[in-house]
Amino acid sequence: MLLEVKSLHGAYGESKVLHGLDFVVEEGGVTTLLGANGAGKTTTLRAISGMIRTQGEILFAGRPIQGMATEAIAALGIAHVPDGRGTFMELTVEENLRLGSYTRNDKAGVATDLARMFDLFPRLNERLHQQAGTLSGGEQQMLAIARAMLLRPKLLLLDEPSFGLAPLIVREIFEILGRIVKESGLSILVVEQNASLALAIADRAYLLETGRFVMSGAAEDIRKDETLRRSYLGY
Amino acid sequence: MDGFIHQIVSGIASGGIYASVALALVMIYQATHHVNFAQGEMAMFSTYIALTLIQAGVPYWAAFCITVPVSFVIGALIQRVVMEPLAKAPVLASVGVFIGLLLTFNSVAGWIFTYTLKPFPSPFGEGKPLFGGFVSRHELGSTAVTLVVLLSIWAFFRFTKLGLAMRAAAYNPVSSRLVGVPVNKMLALGWGLAASIGAIAGMMVAPVIFLDPNMMAGVLLYAFAGALLGGITNPLGAVVGGFIVGIIENLGGAYVVGTELKLTTALFIIVVVLTVKPAGLFGKTLVSRV
Repeated sequence: MLLEVKSLHGAYGESKVLHGLDFVVEEGGVTTLLGANGAGKTTTLRAISGMIRTQGEILFAGRPIQGMATEAIAALGIAHVPDGRGTFMELTVEENLRLGSYTRNDKAGVATDLARMFDLFPRLNERLHQQAGTLSGGEQQMLAIARAMLLRPKLLLLDEPSFGLAPLIVREIFEILGRIVKESGLSILVVEQNASLALAIADRAYLLETGRFVMSGAAEDIRKDETLRRSYLGY
Repeated sequence: MDGFIHQIVSGIASGGIYASVALALVMIYQATHHVNFAQGEMAMFSTYIALTLIQAGVPYWAAFCITVPVSFVIGALIQRVVMEPLAKAPVLASVGVFIGLLLTFNSVAGWIFTYTLKPFPSPFGEGKPLFGGFVSRHELGSTAVTLVVLLSIWAFFRFTKLGLAMRAAAYNPVSSRLVGVPVNKMLALGWGLAASIGAIAGMMVAPVIFLDPNMMAGVLLYAFAGALLGGITNPLGAVVGGFIVGIIENLGGAYVVGTELKLTTALFIIVVVLTVKPAGLFGKTLVSRV
């Protein structure tokens, strides 16, 4: 098991957001956390990355990572594309990408990975020396994914990659994500409001409602179960 | 005419000092969004360390090379011990701490080294002025040192991985942590670097204006004017601003307001910049699409 989360409780100050979550992310493949606004999806990802204080247990490759500094968790191989994409607006596209490989010292490996990212996202190569803040939302999302991939992560956390983007761009990005998973054997934990999108690439899904799981299972089963979809996912 | 050229040359020399301190201010500003009022006093304190070493018989450049890393450690320690616990505190808390640091350094320096003016040696010798009498040896030497410092800092931020990580940590700490940059260490490094730059500026200006605990008060004001003029969000702009302020101050002092009122040119520049162009000459207005 790559990631194991046991009875995770989390809060922002006084207001409790997570009420005892148990879930796992298996090695390889895509796991998705679905849920409406405010269900606690983003908070769950932040908890894994050590950005908020939590109670419970988080094991990454069998190792407890709770209480570790965010940068140390990243160095273990957990890349996190945060909500809002986390672009370094003032820096160039190239500098954003260089920061992605900050934890690595294998120059040749980084160069290979960078070439691969340019393959997947040719637009980033075209805009290499542009200030990242001038990119469109879709381009910034591509940059965020490429930046995270350059960490050569074992686990990629994606926070609403579809947020605020045109449907066409979203489809393009999800298609590329699917390709990355197939090629690299990477594990992805993706959080989405757009359930149909996420279920299309996911292997396993958890449905979150106000800080609790109300359902979980194979993505395919949920996709096929019309009553489930109608009552919980609204499509 | 000769006098005019001489004023410009010494303007460039003192402008280099202001540029260095302005750069130190901007570095801290970018990381914390506060102006470190204690920057000048930290530089003054470092200069006393250098003087103590020199008086103890250490050769000038050896004292220089010891003072810079010692100042680095002091700066980094201030960040770690004093500033870090305040990372999430309201603005006024940080401002209070900066003023507290200013008073502490000033008083401790006065307590240890007394308030009497002390001459500080120049490593470039007294000798005759060069180039037909326009440039004193110290002006030439200190400008060269300043330029080397500024260029190295620029190259460090522009070309090294660590420099990039420090810029990233200043701009976007959250994303920096997510790519594995230890942001707190970067901040400490930034404070150390700023303190080192200040120390060099202090050692370069002390032979000209003599060393006392209040030596840097005027320099800090000019540097602040320079940083604002160039744009407090733009390190390169702050450096250019520092040089411009140096020249304006010298010309103004010689031909317009007289030496006694020189410091008011700094205040005048600050007021004009803030009313006419608050972002400064080169301050970037960030372009971003959402």
